[in-house]
Amino acid sequence: MSASAPPRIPALSAIGRDIGVRVAAPHAEDVDRNARFPIEAIDALRAAGALAAGIPTAFGGPGHPLGDIARTCFELGRSCASTGMIFAMHQVQVLTLARHAEPGGRIAAHLERIAAEQRLVASVTSEIGTGGDLGRSMAPVIRRPGGVSFEKRAPTVSYGATADDFLVTLRRAPESEPGDQVAVLISRDQVQLEPAGEWDTFGMRGTCSPGFTVRGRCDSAQVLPVPFSQVAAVSMTPLSHVLWSHVWLGIATDAFDRARECVRTATRRDPDQARTAALRLSQLSCELSPMRSVVAAGLADLEAVPEGDPSSLETLASALRFNTLKLVASTQAPDICRGAMEVCGISGYRNDTAFSIGRHLRDAMSASLMIANDRIHTTDAGLLLVAKEV
Amino acid sequence: MNDRIRRLVIEHARLAIAPADLHDDSDLYACGMTSHASVTLMLAVEEDLDLEFPDRLLTREVFSSIASIATAADGLRAVAGP
Repeated sequence: MSASAPPRIPALSAIGRDIGVRVAAPHAEDVDRNARFPIEAIDALRAAGALAAGIPTAFGGPGHPLGDIARTCFELGRSCASTGMIFAMHQVQVLTLARHAEPGGRIAAHLERIAAEQRLVASVTSEIGTGGDLGRSMAPVIRRPGGVSFEKRAPTVSYGATADDFLVTLRRAPESEPGDQVAVLISRDQVQLEPAGEWDTFGMRGTCSPGFTVRGRCDSAQVLPVPFSQVAAVSMTPLSHVLWSHVWLGIATDAFDRARECVRTATRRDPDQARTAALRLSQLSCELSPMRSVVAAGLADLEAVPEGDPSSLETLASALRFNTLKLVASTQAPDICRGAMEVCGISGYRNDTAFSIGRHLRDAMSASLMIANDRIHTTDAGLLLVAKEV
Repeated sequence: MNDRIRRLVIEHARLAIAPADLHDDSDLYACGMTSHASVTLMLAVEEDLDLEFPDRLLTREVFSSIASIATAADGLRAVAGP
């Protein structure tokens, strides 16, 4: 344990709630309208030490348990989905790095820097020409005297213009097959980012995820020692699906809360008129409740994996379980938002009321598309043929 | 066992390399086997050897080479008896 490890933030998720309500929510509309980075909320999280939350004490972080981080994603998602998703994606990268870094190595040393400076880490996993399959890369690692280099054309890099570090997937070598990947951790001063287009989207506008051509040059010790396929199986995929689903639950919960407030207001005004909306709200709570259960069960499944032995995560049965979490939660979230809009009626449809649901619905619609559900269903269709207990 | 697995790998794993270059310890994923092809291979091995891999053996690692598949299959057969 490092002597300089910062203490844990008491009730991390309560701080997430506070920053969500006090900082993220007031700017959420502007962030969405102008498709701009939620700088105020991310700065507040940084000032609170929350960006380092997932980094273990061995690497100089506070080592918050996964549950704290997941609940913080949920709290932030209630206030500003883009803030929640940026926080979630960043934590996926640092938790992944912490699991696979060799103690005493270059990546471990950089993790300590990430903790000390509260650096923001983005991922460069998508690539033009792979058809959205993160398990395949085109651009290779090129070995050269004194280190490695690469050039990757990524169609989306979330908060790429703001991140301090990047986790980049690449083919192991120019002669490697597309599925033979490694991940490289590279800092901003080692990369050149050439923007490719704008980020003008239906929702999740504040994640600022346009395309970039990323050119990097770094030390060969910045390549993660384990194959990316293993990193994806035991860390990145299950962590992503658990933390993302908490953000989506946050969006759905706020949409539901708005609908509930709308029905309350209407009932105070005219109890008879509000009866239909109240019934719809009751039906909607029967959708929110199972979503909560699915998301909580996904977290519990991942928490149950022994710290030092992630081998159970390498089974197809485990892949199925976390894929199913993603498929179910990403479908439920927009359904609940749509239901909330029907409860609120025209005041939910308008963008300028206390019951506006438009942003929630648009943000939640991203869930089934970021790692397309069709692709995951195709994978699961195969896994279901061979897995024994699902 | 290795030869039997080798035949199934060549038929189902859709590798990017020539069969002559395929060794018992070659990493099948590095040789171009996709996860989709690995599922087809798993089904073929279970069918051909008339056995069922339990979930704990249905991993990327077990299906990463001819040798590791053969070891897992031999282990299952030893438990099942002759």
